[in-house]
Amino acid sequence: MSSPSIVINSPAAPPVIIEVKNVTRVFWDAREKSEKSVSALENVDLSVRKGEFVSLIGPSGCGKTTLLRLIAGLDAPQSGELLVEGEPVTGTSHERGYVFQQANLFPWETVEENIAFGLKARGVYEEYRGDVAEYIAMAGLKGFERSYPHQISGGMAQRASLARALINRPKALLLDEPMGALDSFTRMDLQEKLLELWQKFSATIILVTHDIDEAVYLSDRIVIMTPRPGRISEIIDADYPRPRSRSSARFVELRNKVLEKFHLAGAEAPVEYAI
Amino acid sequence: MNKSSYWKPRSNAWQVLAALSYPAALVVNIAMRPIIEVDERPYRVFLLALAAHTAVCYLRAFHDEKLALKYNHRSQFTFAAGALLMVWDVLSSKTGSLPLPFFPGPAQIMEVLFRERSAHALNCLYSLRLFAAGFAAGAFCGVVSGILIGWSKLWDYWLFPVMKVVGVIPAIALIPIVLIVMPGTFSTAVALVAISAWFPVAFTTARGIKSIHKSYFEAARTLGAQNGYMLRKIAIPGAVPSIFTGISTATGISFSTLVVSEMVGARGGLGYYINIAMGWMNYASVYAAILLMAVSFTLVLAVINAIKNRLLAWQKGLVK
Ligand SMILES: Nc1ncnc2c1ncn2[C@@H]1O[C@H](COP(=O)(O)OP(=O)(O)OP(=O)(O)O)[C@@H](O)[C@H]1O
Ligand SMILES: [Mg+2]
Repeated sequence: MSSPSIVINSPAAPPVIIEVKNVTRVFWDAREKSEKSVSALENVDLSVRKGEFVSLIGPSGCGKTTLLRLIAGLDAPQSGELLVEGEPVTGTSHERGYVFQQANLFPWETVEENIAFGLKARGVYEEYRGDVAEYIAMAGLKGFERSYPHQISGGMAQRASLARALINRPKALLLDEPMGALDSFTRMDLQEKLLELWQKFSATIILVTHDIDEAVYLSDRIVIMTPRPGRISEIIDADYPRPRSRSSARFVELRNKVLEKFHLAGAEAPVEYAI
Repeated sequence: MNKSSYWKPRSNAWQVLAALSYPAALVVNIAMRPIIEVDERPYRVFLLALAAHTAVCYLRAFHDEKLALKYNHRSQFTFAAGALLMVWDVLSSKTGSLPLPFFPGPAQIMEVLFRERSAHALNCLYSLRLFAAGFAAGAFCGVVSGILIGWSKLWDYWLFPVMKVVGVIPAIALIPIVLIVMPGTFSTAVALVAISAWFPVAFTTARGIKSIHKSYFEAARTLGAQNGYMLRKIAIPGAVPSIFTGISTATGISFSTLVVSEMVGARGGLGYYINIAMGWMNYASVYAAILLMAVSFTLVLAVINAIKNRLLAWQKGLVK
């Protein structure tokens, strides 16, 4: 059985930018002689259109990070194919920005240096020097340019890490639970920011999240995954008009639908969101 | 340093005792006659300087809360230092209770230091020059080879096993070989100091680079960094803490090598001076040279520490 993937056939639909075809990724136990293996992803299919906002949701260990890393080119599958704009993924690219589950800022660089890293690494710092201050401001980090990562809060570090990825103006943005460690106010704030940026840059976003509300509020499509082996069990269209409200009937209806699928898929929805 | 590190103060009496300890040592020195022939003036000046320094400190602390805490914390130690000088002086030059000439008194050591000041200064400079040349060369080679081993699989394959075996040989054991290859006394000593600095630095640099978390390299790659850039901006800065661990170890080992190599073949330097003084059974000079060694090596360590603190500013508050 192959996982369902939805292809929208309307003529106006933008082209597919990311294609995951029948991808399998197995991890073997690192210990010698051990025969144990974990099927992190099994025959996964997914295609994402240009400018789409897709959320990956599922219980811990279902392969969300693994899938995102494959798309980023940080890892390679045992079988299957990954295409970005029709080209096979052979490694990382600054056109696919990645925000890690842990903020992962370079501890020996200041906030400003961290955010400017991509520009300097690609040798375009002189050209886009002015962007740095803009992205610092956008991340709400004015006044902390000279701080080192351990001197700022977890939420600030996540925003810095987001700004660091965004300054490269990537075509696709791969976000691995960037808001996982944040309180709900900071999180909503960051969600708005993300939407704003998404619309401004017409970027393609794949967001991994544990938070059903977040997925329903932000995405065009919600991909539900199940663990052992990691598979896509369901893809839900959340195509309702923006700007959205968290109290609208459509929102509540969609959220209940996702919750229901979760239970059908045999997975426990994360307790904190099962209101 | 913060206030909480000044935990010692108990009673204000210690401050009084501390302020009085050097003057007391001075008074005792003047009051008692030495049983041997010694020019005690340099020692008296030395005590006077210490007493004046303590007095100035306490006067300044009068108006400064922070300084007061600091000196109060140190008061017991200052008192002990003064008392120890006094007891030592009495037991040696004044009464001869300690066997002479093996255990000269502080007055004799100060006399030598003063009388032979130009020779001492020259020897100090000689040793420091040797140290600077050898240590800089060794540490530089250590950092470079450590980076090669830590960064490149090929260098790791060929160089690491060699380093592991060659590196544990004490540099001093290589004296005969180095003498053949580099038959100048200065270059021999430089080579020996360099070899002893090289290994610890190379080893910890390599390990430092290898132990940088993979996720930093991954982040750099997704941001568009190529290998060379990651070497410069991730691997090397990430390894700086380890590099300095190696440098600290290397400093100590290099000091030993320095002194030993000066003792065997040099024509100057503190190690050389100790050897000559030993030959003349001039123990006061030996102690004087040892004292100078302690002072100059402490200064060297302070300089290295200052450089380290500068380079590792990002770690401040992150590590203990
Ligand atoms: N490098 C690895 N070596 C071995 N096993 C791995 C590795 N990476 C992931 N796995 C395994 O693959 C499975 C999927 O992991 P993955 O990190 O993709 O989960 P996830 O959905 O991101 O979970 P979470 O929500 O907790 O982050 C897990 O069972 C994990 O143990
Ligand atoms: Mg994960």
